[in-house]
Amino acid sequence: MNGFDLSAILRNPEYTAMLLHGIEMTFVIYIGSWLLAMTLALLLLCIRFSPLRFGDRAVAAYVSYHRNVPTLVQLMLWYFGIFTLFPAGLTSWLAAHNAEAIFAVIGLGLCQAAYFSEDLRSGLRSVSPGQMEAAKALGHSYISAMRFVIMPQGVRNALPPLINHSVSLFKNSSLAIVIGASELTHAVKEVENLSFRTFEIYLIGTVLYLFFSLLIMSAGAYLSMRADPVRSARA
Amino acid sequence: MIHDIIAIIQDYWLLLLIGQYPNGPLGGLANTLILSALSIALAFPVSIMLALARLSKWRLLRWPVTALVYITRGVPLLMLILWSYFLVPLWTGADVPSFVTMLTTLVVYQGAFLSEVVRAGIVALGSGQMDAARALGHSSLGAMRFIILPQALYNMIPSIISTFVSTIKDTTLGYVINVPDLTFAASQVNNQLLTQPFQVFFILAVVYYAICWSLTHVANIVERRITRRRAGLSGGAAPVELVPAKIISEQL
Repeated sequence: MNGFDLSAILRNPEYTAMLLHGIEMTFVIYIGSWLLAMTLALLLLCIRFSPLRFGDRAVAAYVSYHRNVPTLVQLMLWYFGIFTLFPAGLTSWLAAHNAEAIFAVIGLGLCQAAYFSEDLRSGLRSVSPGQMEAAKALGHSYISAMRFVIMPQGVRNALPPLINHSVSLFKNSSLAIVIGASELTHAVKEVENLSFRTFEIYLIGTVLYLFFSLLIMSAGAYLSMRADPVRSARA
Repeated sequence: MIHDIIAIIQDYWLLLLIGQYPNGPLGGLANTLILSALSIALAFPVSIMLALARLSKWRLLRWPVTALVYITRGVPLLMLILWSYFLVPLWTGADVPSFVTMLTTLVVYQGAFLSEVVRAGIVALGSGQMDAARALGHSSLGAMRFIILPQALYNMIPSIISTFVSTIKDTTLGYVINVPDLTFAASQVNNQLLTQPFQVFFILAVVYYAICWSLTHVANIVERRITRRRAGLSGGAAPVELVPAKIISEQL
């Protein structure tokens, strides 16, 4: 093995193709599970705020399960466990359509929904009840008070934890390697096995992850700035 | 289904609890708990150093630590594990057991995360404490040691417990480099049975849930007690705003 040489990997079309495919897969998993998580989180939030006692309990149990069981174990339970309980037709269809990625999206999305819904809930709860009363006194209906008074403040309060959890979702997409999805970490390990340039390829992988995480963080910081009426008016 | 689960527990409870211990390395739940307790115990002093370095007025101390914190926040734990799996044997020149590799990674990772908690705890105390201590003749380090840190660390006990919970969850990633922990034991059981994967991983999830849920519960009780105590100390004035349980809530 000779010295440090990044171009040995970056100039090799086979390796760069692997890495690009890994990045693509990581983003498919990330965006898919983010959308699933956000949709589910809004649904959970509606159930939580509805007057049904049972619904509230059920959502609390859902959140508690997903927060207290390691994400890796959840993924393993989905892919190695629940997958085998599906009817045979569905199993073979999934196996033919990249089941690893689908279960990574399902597992990560369901897990993240618990975090997102808690972020949104604590954001909304930090808006004082006087805001709703004042909005109603000014002639707003419940819906329009929610839309114009409560939601803008609540979402703004919820933004910092939502951004943090979006970044951790991106990092957690690397867990999909355990169930065999061919995402970025998988690509890094594959290139390592072929090229034996461990240091260089790990460095490339680390820089890629760091770059995208910082990108998500700064996009979030920009969003928070836009959502803050005082600062965005000044800008 | 339920009979299968009970049968698996009856047959394999010892393997899940301590791994192949008398005949092989310690593993299973015992190893998971030892690994997480050790990494928190080692990460704690590291995190205080890192937090003090980040609050220092010298750039030479502040910048490398800030970079370290951003790197650990931006890179998946899995990538860091791969790094230490590669680097630790290279530096020590010895055949390092995967347990030590995992321990090193967790100390760095949780040390960086805890340092943010410590820093927030110190900042949340306000500068008045430091000013008062300096006015009473303490040196900057002495004020840190006797005035600031005792208060900040006491307020942080709930966050430390919740970091312990996330460390327990993080140890599952040792599976990738074959650390003989609970997840590893469960997958061994699964490989022996082959026919009941759902039951095996269900047991695994339930065990992790029980441990993490009870620790989270303890953290909540402690947090309530500390809030009450601080509210009592300030003599009926508005309760002092505590450090939120998770400043950068990091999850796995």
